[in-house]
Amino acid sequence: MSGWLHIAFPPLPALFAQLLIGLINGAFYAMLSLGLAVIFGLLNIINFTHGAQYMLGAFCAYLALSYLGVDYWGALILAPIVIGLIGIAMERLFLRHIYRLDHLYGLLLTFGLALIIEGLFRQQWGSSGLPYSIPEILSGGQNLGFMFLPNYRGWVIVASMVICLVTWLVIERTKLGAYLRAATENPTLVRAFGVNVPRMITLTYGFGVGLAALAGVMAAPIYQVNPLMGSNIIITVFAVVVIGGMGSILGSIVSGFVLGLVEGLTKVFYPEASATVIFVIMAIVLLVKPAGLFGRAT
Amino acid sequence: MQHDSVIATAGEAREGTAARLVAAALILAAVAAPFFFYPVFVMKALCFALFACAFNLLIGYAGLVSFGHAAFFGSAGYITAYTVKVWGLSPIAGILAGTAVATVMGAVFGWLAIRRLGIYFAMVTLALAQMIYFFCVEAKFTGGEDGIQAVPRGTLFGLIDLNQPFAMYYFVLAIFLIGFAIIYRAIHSPFGQVLKAIRENEPRAVSLGYRTEHYKLVAFILSAGLAGMAGGTKSLVFQLASLTDVDFATSGDVLLMTLIGGLGTVLGPVVGAFISVTMENYLAQFGSWVTVIQGVIFVVCVLTFRRGVIGEIAYHLRRRRLISSASATRDPLPG
Repeated sequence: MSGWLHIAFPPLPALFAQLLIGLINGAFYAMLSLGLAVIFGLLNIINFTHGAQYMLGAFCAYLALSYLGVDYWGALILAPIVIGLIGIAMERLFLRHIYRLDHLYGLLLTFGLALIIEGLFRQQWGSSGLPYSIPEILSGGQNLGFMFLPNYRGWVIVASMVICLVTWLVIERTKLGAYLRAATENPTLVRAFGVNVPRMITLTYGFGVGLAALAGVMAAPIYQVNPLMGSNIIITVFAVVVIGGMGSILGSIVSGFVLGLVEGLTKVFYPEASATVIFVIMAIVLLVKPAGLFGRAT
Repeated sequence: MQHDSVIATAGEAREGTAARLVAAALILAAVAAPFFFYPVFVMKALCFALFACAFNLLIGYAGLVSFGHAAFFGSAGYITAYTVKVWGLSPIAGILAGTAVATVMGAVFGWLAIRRLGIYFAMVTLALAQMIYFFCVEAKFTGGEDGIQAVPRGTLFGLIDLNQPFAMYYFVLAIFLIGFAIIYRAIHSPFGQVLKAIRENEPRAVSLGYRTEHYKLVAFILSAGLAGMAGGTKSLVFQLASLTDVDFATSGDVLLMTLIGGLGTVLGPVVGAFISVTMENYLAQFGSWVTVIQGVIFVVCVLTFRRGVIGEIAYHLRRRRLISSASATRDPLPG
């Protein structure tokens, strides 16, 4: 009886601790699915390399610290630029050749690129995690009365929300975003108006990749820097994207955070299912609303 | 007009004879193979060849990209291994049990996944397969990280001891041929024609009155069931069912095999499976380089070699025939 009570009413600090972990995971789901949605909107490609690029961001931070002495704050700026440029090179070298082909080939090509990147990093650094310490200024934490909030985790939640919000505002409320949305709807017409759509596609891909790298840097102190960190998270992010529907930028952000929380809650009430709960929700959403919660029917 | 059709029929007849000759040669080679190669190696390749053929039914003929076929392959492996080892079922009953479970899973997954098209379909299958992977990690009967080891191969009809490598080999070959025959029949039936129509232009197939989702679902179930048959057989060959077989990487492997051999070709997946298994065999000592090389092959295939080995051969043969028949029409005088 007492065991059952324990399951039904977990101690509050434990509940909040899991919710915090869930919110942190959700922050990464949101940033990654946001990047996937932006790339998909314009390129019509599901970027399977996204997980590898997130891993590259974390490694960029780790290597910059070990070899160049660039600290966390420097890496937050450096990694998205470096990895974003690598992404742009990949788009120019590989992706642009397959826009005319079936969607399938985009998935296969980016999957192959992810295998190459992850294989190379695993060959060089093995499968065990490399430590990356929390920046000095964000070490320690706050006692909120009902729970203990490590400063770094609080920073990740706030920063990721700001990043998502700014991206959403840029896409929905600026002229640049309007071009982007127009090119998503009808690239040929936008080109006829004199907008350089191919360049926009390249830059959009670079931006999406940079976003993944930024998430990677932020993840480095929380999860260890590991060549496989990306392939572990990307499949869950795909499920998040299916649940949210890729038609809407806001949808991918909201579903990222909410599903992270749901995962955290499941860890409290029924830990065995915490790894599968997002996939179960995906199956239910497919039954009830096949286009996704925020998606438009196609 | 009539002239053309005469040439076409003659060409098709020649193609049919050639296909029959190739098939006979391949079966002979398969029968002789264990005398020249390590039987377990050829059996592994045959299991993956059947897996890839089943996968190709979906991707190559129906145009549906499943990124989660390892779920069927691996789950059936677990079921076969468990029923044979714990319940003491015969090898055939064990494989049938695995196939049955994979078929039911295919029905459920297919029913969910065909609600979405294209890229979403791939992501849904991937996510559902990942769910199965986590289930296999947690579930008691799968043995977690250890898997189910030392699965007995048993005796066939109570007579033939399958621990004999040659007996096991011909048993596996028979299973492969049965599976291959089912797929071949499905492809060359009116059902297969409708699948191809769906692949080429689904809205048009709908407008012609076909309930395309029924066809896609049946193809998905058939593909999942046969993938399960391959997985169950593999667990008897290696006497082991493990997490590797339900892992996402296995879904990638089978995709690579089909792509190398040629999407939508009858023999392509078989060739691709043999290439891929051989490659893994020789590269196993190089660790993660296998992954890198697989990635490079994916990129090269997508950018320059989309027809695959068999697709490329078929393309050149067909082109040569077209050129020769064109020159025959241009120069009607018999030479």
